[in-house]
Amino acid sequence: MSVDRTGTPLVEMKDICISFGGVHAVDHVSVDLWPGEVVGLLGHNGAGKSTLIKILSGAYRADQGEIRVNGEAAHIHNPRDARRYNIETIYQTLALADNLNASANLFLGRELVTATGLVDDARMEAETAKIMARLNPNFRKFRDPVSALSGGQRQSVAIARAVYFNARILIMDEPTAALGPHETQMVSELIEELKRQGIGIFLISHDIHDVMKLCDRASVMKNGQLVGTVDVAKVTDDDLLGMIILGKHPGQHAAA
Amino acid sequence: MAETTGAKAAPKQGFLKSLEIDTRLLGMIGAFIAVCLVFNLMTDGRFLTARNIFNLTIQTVSVAIMATGMVFVIVTRHIDLSVGSLLATCSAVMAMMQTRWLPDMLGLEIGHPLLPWVAILAGLLTGAAIGAFNGWLVGYLTIPAFIVTLGGLLVWRNVAWYMTSGQTIGPLDPTYVAFGGINGTLGPAASWIVGLGAVAAALIALFAARRAKAGHGQPVKPLWAEAVLAGLVAAAILGFVAVLNAYQIPSARLERIFEARGAVMPEGYTAGYGIPYSVLLLIFIAIVMTVVATRTRLGRYIFATGGNPDAAELSGINTRLLTVKIFAIMGALCALAGMVASARLANHSNDIGTLDELRVIAAAVIGGTALSGGIGTIHGAILGALIMQSLQSGMAMVGVDAPFQNIVVGAVLVLAVLIDILYRKRTGAR
Ligand SMILES: Nc1ncnc2c1ncn2[C@@H]1O[C@H](COP(=O)(O)OP(=O)(O)OP(=O)(O)O)[C@@H](O)[C@H]1O
Ligand SMILES: [Mg+2]
Repeated sequence: MSVDRTGTPLVEMKDICISFGGVHAVDHVSVDLWPGEVVGLLGHNGAGKSTLIKILSGAYRADQGEIRVNGEAAHIHNPRDARRYNIETIYQTLALADNLNASANLFLGRELVTATGLVDDARMEAETAKIMARLNPNFRKFRDPVSALSGGQRQSVAIARAVYFNARILIMDEPTAALGPHETQMVSELIEELKRQGIGIFLISHDIHDVMKLCDRASVMKNGQLVGTVDVAKVTDDDLLGMIILGKHPGQHAAA
Repeated sequence: MAETTGAKAAPKQGFLKSLEIDTRLLGMIGAFIAVCLVFNLMTDGRFLTARNIFNLTIQTVSVAIMATGMVFVIVTRHIDLSVGSLLATCSAVMAMMQTRWLPDMLGLEIGHPLLPWVAILAGLLTGAAIGAFNGWLVGYLTIPAFIVTLGGLLVWRNVAWYMTSGQTIGPLDPTYVAFGGINGTLGPAASWIVGLGAVAAALIALFAARRAKAGHGQPVKPLWAEAVLAGLVAAAILGFVAVLNAYQIPSARLERIFEARGAVMPEGYTAGYGIPYSVLLLIFIAIVMTVVATRTRLGRYIFATGGNPDAAELSGINTRLLTVKIFAIMGALCALAGMVASARLANHSNDIGTLDELRVIAAAVIGGTALSGGIGTIHGAILGALIMQSLQSGMAMVGVDAPFQNIVVGAVLVLAVLIDILYRKRTGAR
């Protein structure tokens, strides 16, 4: 509960704008994130949540606005840049190569190599088994291409990929949408643990209950604009719903 | 409930399952053997003679070399229709280099030992540069590969024509011609050494793979399966060498070889051809390309991009530069294929490589490369090239009319893809 917001924020996204052929998908939005904090991003379908975080993860480039990481201006032009700032992302679409197996996907772009520079599949598979044991202990299909996995198993692979590489900033775009109750519970525990390690997390979710339970603050978007950011401890479910559906800001908690 | 296959307790498996050989590969080998046996029957045993197998092998090399590169191109959901024309341009460059440009400009006289090597290097650079240019148009300017290479099909065919003024360029350097097949072979003794070396390398590779798996506590095949597999591989390699060695050099030709050395051929002397250099080159390329495909980052990125281009991009892979690299590799392989093709004919002719783009694409596709991307193997493409060439030569031997030959080859291509689709549906693969 007690996030220390006295130092410099881990991430600041200031006045971000992006439009796709006249559609203002993200319109002058500012959000921030402190170490050890979970910030929920809420909003109706098409509100611009995924687009906003894709700017942070390097998938899109903002038309306008500034990103700061640890107080310094960050230049994120592509996903490689984002990884250099230790920003890891679980995409809503999961972004898995269906023809490759779990470990090839987990290490995609960052393969472990042998002394001779060849990819070390055996070691990557062993590492994958280790991390999957924490996320989804029932997972066995290490050899199969991920196209042969269930939706939830695929999601576990995507989560494993984001948490394996010691992220400082973690972006989770509806990470539990396809997960069963037990697996969802394990992800919740994982989020709590990462939080204790001082990692900052943007969590996009449609589940207000989850947001109330896991997040410290919530930023609500509507039609590409930021409705407001509130301290989760100081609002009710209904306040959040009002923000999402009506775009109505509960005045006394104004933050942005 | 669904996943009960423990890592340790391997359940009872069938014979083929234990061997862990891809059933698709088995099917292709089966089809190839069937083609050979049928033609052998129809030609009263002339199809499976050492001489015909030797010829079949050297005729396949040029298309097979390009097919290995086409696998990468098709796996990343592109296509290259310009390979036949690119082959012609590279071949023209290499032929002009060794017969005109180097002798005229650098003053290297015809027969100078450096001549063929400089020419080959120039051809390789030409191929790689044109390929990289194609890749740049596709990757960075986002012009569809179909269009870029359809244009290239016309452009490079006619660049070659312009360079040579449409003339046949020859005779080519003897060292260069040795890469063509029949004019450059290892001889029986060296062929056996290479064959035994290959068997040793294969055994070491099998053993190393097993140890690496076991070292990480992963399940391994039963030992007997490992032994059967090793035995099959060894038999295939040594059998192939034996056949190539069994093809005897004609005695008139042997006499000339002895004469050239200033010796007299002993009475009753015979010698087999052995492994052609061009086949060694193909094997070398196949190994390198297989290692690239399965054991390097480049290969991993090629397959990832083919499976899901967006995911590859989001994983930090520079897919544009990757496209340039893939087409550059394709171009370099076209140059090597051009070297083999023109060396086999001992000259560069204006129509060299015509329609090769279709043969190469067909070889890759028959070999199991999926046009939807993400799936394909190097050995499959080479086997595909071999099947195509066997059909073509077999029909020619049987005396099938030329139009029917092409009709059959075209129909086989479509049929092969249909079988592949049905197979993938049944096995649940994409
Ligand atoms: N690549 C794109 N090209 C064109 N329009 C886009 C693109 N990506 C997003 N949009 C548009 O931007 C808007 C915001 O989309 P976004 O995916 O960010 O919504 P979201 O809040 O994540 O919704 P959901 O809850 O459904 O995931 C939508 O109107 C969408 O149609
Ligand atoms: Mg979204």
